[in-house]
Amino acid sequence: MGAGWLAAPMERHGRAAATSASSAREPVPGGPDGRRREPLRRRANSASAPAVGASASASPSASPSAEGVRRDRPGSYSGATSASRQRVESLKKKRPLFPWFGLDIGGTLVKLVYFEPKDITAEEEEEEVESLKSIRKYLTSNVAYGSTGIRDVHLELKDLTLCGRKGNLHFIRFPTHDMPAFIQMGRDKNFSSLHTVFCATGGGAYKFEQDFLTIGDLQLCKLDELDCLIKGILYIDSVGFNGRSQCYYFENPADCEKCQKLPFDLKNPYPLLLVNIGSGVSILAVYSKDNYKRVTGTSLGGGTFFGLCCLLTGCTTFEEALEMASRGDSTKVDKLVRDIYGGDYERFGLPGWAVASSFGNMMSKEKREAVSKEDLARATLITITNNIGSIARMCALNENINQVVFVGNFLRINTIAMRLLAYALDYWSKGQLKALFSEHEGWCDRMCRRDLNFPATFLLFFRPSLEPIPPHSLLSTSSPTGPSPSVTCPCSSSIALYVSSSLHSGIMLKCSRSPLLLITSFPRRWPRYCLLTR
Amino acid sequence: MAECGASGSGSSGDSLDKSITLPPDEIFRNLENAKRFAIDIGGSLTKLAYYSTVQHKVAKVRSFDHSGKDTEQDHEPPYEISVQEEVTARLHFVKFENTYIEACLDFIKDHLVNTETKVIQATGGGAYKFKDLIEEKLQLKVDKEDVMTCLIKGCNFVLKNIPHEAFVYQKDSDPEFRFQTNHPNIFPYLLVNIGSGVSIVKKFDELLHLASRGQHTNVDMLVQDIYGGAHETLGLSGNLIASSFGKSATADQEFSKEDMAKSLLHMISNDIGQLACLYARLHCLDRVYFGGFFIRGHPVTMRTITYSINFFSKGEVQALFLRHEGYLGAIGAFLKGAEQDNPNQYSWGENYAGSSGLMSSSPELCPTQRARSGTFDLLEMDRLERPLVNLPLLLDPSSYVPDTVDLTDDALARKYWLTCFEEALDGVVKRAVASQPGSVDAAERAEKFRQKYWNKLQTLRHQPFAYGTLTVRSLLDTREHCLNEFNFPDPYSKVKQKDNGVALKCFQRVVSALDALDWEERQLALVKGLLAGNVFDWGAKAVSDVLESDPQFGFEEAKKKLQERPWLVDSYGKWLQRLKGPPHKCALIFADNSGVDVILGVFPFVRELLSRGTEVILACNSGPALNDVTYSESLIVAERIAAMDPVIHSALREERLLLVQTGSSSPCLDLSRLDKGLAVLVREHGADLVVIEGMGRAVHTNYHAALCCESLKLAVIKNSWLAERLGGQLFSVIFKYEVPAE
Repeated sequence: MGAGWLAAPMERHGRAAATSASSAREPVPGGPDGRRREPLRRRANSASAPAVGASASASPSASPSAEGVRRDRPGSYSGATSASRQRVESLKKKRPLFPWFGLDIGGTLVKLVYFEPKDITAEEEEEEVESLKSIRKYLTSNVAYGSTGIRDVHLELKDLTLCGRKGNLHFIRFPTHDMPAFIQMGRDKNFSSLHTVFCATGGGAYKFEQDFLTIGDLQLCKLDELDCLIKGILYIDSVGFNGRSQCYYFENPADCEKCQKLPFDLKNPYPLLLVNIGSGVSILAVYSKDNYKRVTGTSLGGGTFFGLCCLLTGCTTFEEALEMASRGDSTKVDKLVRDIYGGDYERFGLPGWAVASSFGNMMSKEKREAVSKEDLARATLITITNNIGSIARMCALNENINQVVFVGNFLRINTIAMRLLAYALDYWSKGQLKALFSEHEGWCDRMCRRDLNFPATFLLFFRPSLEPIPPHSLLSTSSPTGPSPSVTCPCSSSIALYVSSSLHSGIMLKCSRSPLLLITSFPRRWPRYCLLTR
Repeated sequence: MAECGASGSGSSGDSLDKSITLPPDEIFRNLENAKRFAIDIGGSLTKLAYYSTVQHKVAKVRSFDHSGKDTEQDHEPPYEISVQEEVTARLHFVKFENTYIEACLDFIKDHLVNTETKVIQATGGGAYKFKDLIEEKLQLKVDKEDVMTCLIKGCNFVLKNIPHEAFVYQKDSDPEFRFQTNHPNIFPYLLVNIGSGVSIVKKFDELLHLASRGQHTNVDMLVQDIYGGAHETLGLSGNLIASSFGKSATADQEFSKEDMAKSLLHMISNDIGQLACLYARLHCLDRVYFGGFFIRGHPVTMRTITYSINFFSKGEVQALFLRHEGYLGAIGAFLKGAEQDNPNQYSWGENYAGSSGLMSSSPELCPTQRARSGTFDLLEMDRLERPLVNLPLLLDPSSYVPDTVDLTDDALARKYWLTCFEEALDGVVKRAVASQPGSVDAAERAEKFRQKYWNKLQTLRHQPFAYGTLTVRSLLDTREHCLNEFNFPDPYSKVKQKDNGVALKCFQRVVSALDALDWEERQLALVKGLLAGNVFDWGAKAVSDVLESDPQFGFEEAKKKLQERPWLVDSYGKWLQRLKGPPHKCALIFADNSGVDVILGVFPFVRELLSRGTEVILACNSGPALNDVTYSESLIVAERIAAMDPVIHSALREERLLLVQTGSSSPCLDLSRLDKGLAVLVREHGADLVVIEGMGRAVHTNYHAALCCESLKLAVIKNSWLAERLGGQLFSVIFKYEVPAE
């Protein structure tokens, strides 16, 4: 892991790294002067970008600016202060100083990866400055930070060797709109004194670069997110996931009973179509480690699903939207082929269950009155997912690629979408195309998936409202308006945390018996909660 | 449209509306002869198609039997004219809102005389819903046809038969529609039908109206929202949408309906465009036609779809729209039902008089037209007597554009010509009345004609794209269609008869004079004769004024009016040089006016070519247009000349001089729609010279036409505005001799 935060060592060790969960790099027309990025340029960059952090200072001639390190390109430093220049210098001399972070600032979520060294010598412990120590302690001993920051404990990669150091890799996320608070925190904690370089990717690496510099005196090492994404996929696949296969697919995705998740050995990864579903969607054709192009993208992505759900159902979190979707019935909302033809449209091979017009039933007043918010959420999910599937299928055909890997935060805790993608791809390609997913994608439910999309990043997030509450005490509280909790956790070893802010309040449950993380979110209309589980 | 004025019933909701606000006999025309029905019922609009016959008057000419008569009698006309009834086939298509369906079916039932019809072809989603109603009301068995098959059949039909059917949308140009000339090979193409099942037109249009006022950037997450100001260094446009509705994922903000509608429109349009591009690429197609309720002539949706296609295909795929997209299903269903009549073996032509034309439904563009969505839209297509094909001598049929000036594009020219046609209208009405002295209702019909044509002209002022590219030719053709509509088949028949009589009397004198000249002088005199004859043109206002006031205006007078050499366009030297070389194998000549023009201008020229050993195909209009010589008139004229002149006589007998019809009834000339028989002859005889004369055929059209053989385009500019535009004066001469590049 680590192009995000360790460009130089990666180069030396010949390891690719880092990822991107970033959401949004999908130029889709919207304005009058929309231009599209040249795939060729992208290919050319991809080989060099992850290593630029080191080479930029090693070969100043590559950059026209006087200081020799400033380049406004992915993977370059900019706005270097003298202190940060020293840090850059130190990067190429020896292993970088702790802490090791990777930051992926997407359109909706910030993903942060933190490497916690477990082989700290007494001498190092001695030298470790106080602020660094407190950061490490704080991060590793908490699972939630402030009202919106969450550490995905179940994703933690244990006993990893990185750059000769042994340690654990932690995955933390928080909404992008809290970025200013994060930067302010970095300033308050005097982060700039830690002699570290923040490696960052995602659109926010550009958007917040100046804020990092002026407010936090922190210099970002920007890395191209698509480069990071490819490296990340290949890296994670090469190390495996705590001893298991990283890639998997669904057998019988349409059948609730028989649906099975099976490991897929990505030993011949190329060519590969990589569909990154963040706020928007980017589709990449990967021909080799260094040779890939962005085929296309669509603005109809996770952000669209969530945004539309907010408008249609009044939900406030992605989890809530998904939870609603899991209980809804999209066929009440969508007009199916059979609604028009009474059955299959045989002449053109369209099955009766296929959606003929997404939301097509909503033109009728009676049908509008008959649907629930859950149905609407479900239909939104199905619409967005089907569309992504269709575009991905067409791209696979056009590029003549038959392995399609879907990654991105949209798929986190989103079995419905994954199974639908798996099914749709298989059905419409008559078995020619296979949808693959990555373990590091989502989490939760019984499959306990992992989220590869966490790039090397780290988050510090302090909010005073964070306080532990006794297990079960909240779960037994009956809700006056909503349904009673669908699941109670009988396990006495659960840890529950009560989180609240002006906007949300909720519970996080960590159950030690299973890697089950329960999240309940309470939009202001407390107490209405539901548990995300099966 | 006149017959469809702003008359939308304001309160037509979901309930069936019994009151048709327009006289239904102006909508369901010719029902008494209707015999084959098809209906396409969509979620909101019904399209009815039927085949009918139209009886109208035609002027026939018949040669007198001259044996034993003194042909030198001054007052005797060269032939007789009789007005006869003729029956032609016409396809009627009517589009109306589903709310009117019951009232319309009732009306049809009441007026349906033909009882042989037993079946009605039905397609569209509503074919199921309304099956019982149709069967009950019309007593016809409903035969359901597949929707997509009908769409494809309908699309093929309009692409084949309606010039300027397809257009691209260009924002920021005025008007935004740019019509395409029909490609000789319409295949392959991708057809994207964006249907909906939308049941309420008004609601949908309101939504689009809402969208047009919205700002999608308030709802969508743009690249610049994610990258800040840095997108420029990445080569990304900050305005690109990164995530549709990405900003709406927040609880503490309200979004305006306008903004959300706009965002939704962008999202849907972009997505459709992207998928269409992916399919086009997979099948290696570069043309995508869009149709369906979503488009329906809405500039907003056409703009977003076009933008999306351009973006995703990087300009490699063209987004095309169809003027009659709403009718494709009905046309296809009709064709399916009429298969035994094999309608595809005929050529069909849009009748401008009976068709509503394309309207912009953009509320901003034309607020007064919005009401039309609640009324009726008509399309009528006439079956043409003979199939029309490309002239085999066109250099590149796919890039051939008949018209010289695109009035849709050229606002100045448009204004001039519309005014010009308005001003000439009085004269045309007067002439129409005069042409039928025995008719009691001629004045009344002529007045109706005036109203109709006047209204068409007003429509075209506001919606120049209503019938495809607006050109002088389309204005002339529309006038002819309107005249026919009110039974003025040939207002100039009497004038032509008289002119022909006078000119025939001069023929021998003119020919003897020519024969007396030496070779070189004769060639120039022949050309001047062609040009002078061309001054006799009732279509040009400047000339008709002179002719009306001074009937003695003679051939010699005309010659004197001609510009002295060098002419405005003058390649006479080159032509003369060519004549010194070997004779042409076969010349194809498109004649213009009756009387002096054809008899004293064209025939002497033909005679000279024949003497050189060149075969001649003389092509005249199939039907009347102004004082242009028609095919049947040309037969009589040729016969009369043959009686006087041995050269013409033997050439006709030996078939070295062939008279053919063009298949057209227009004062202009579209070389891509010519009678198939003509094309066959041209090929068989190996025509290597094309002569086009007259302002309508050689200047308004074909001035830039590129042929793969030698060509001669001659005209006298009888319009001072046009003359000025071309850099000359009234009666300037165009003599354009062109030899194709090796």
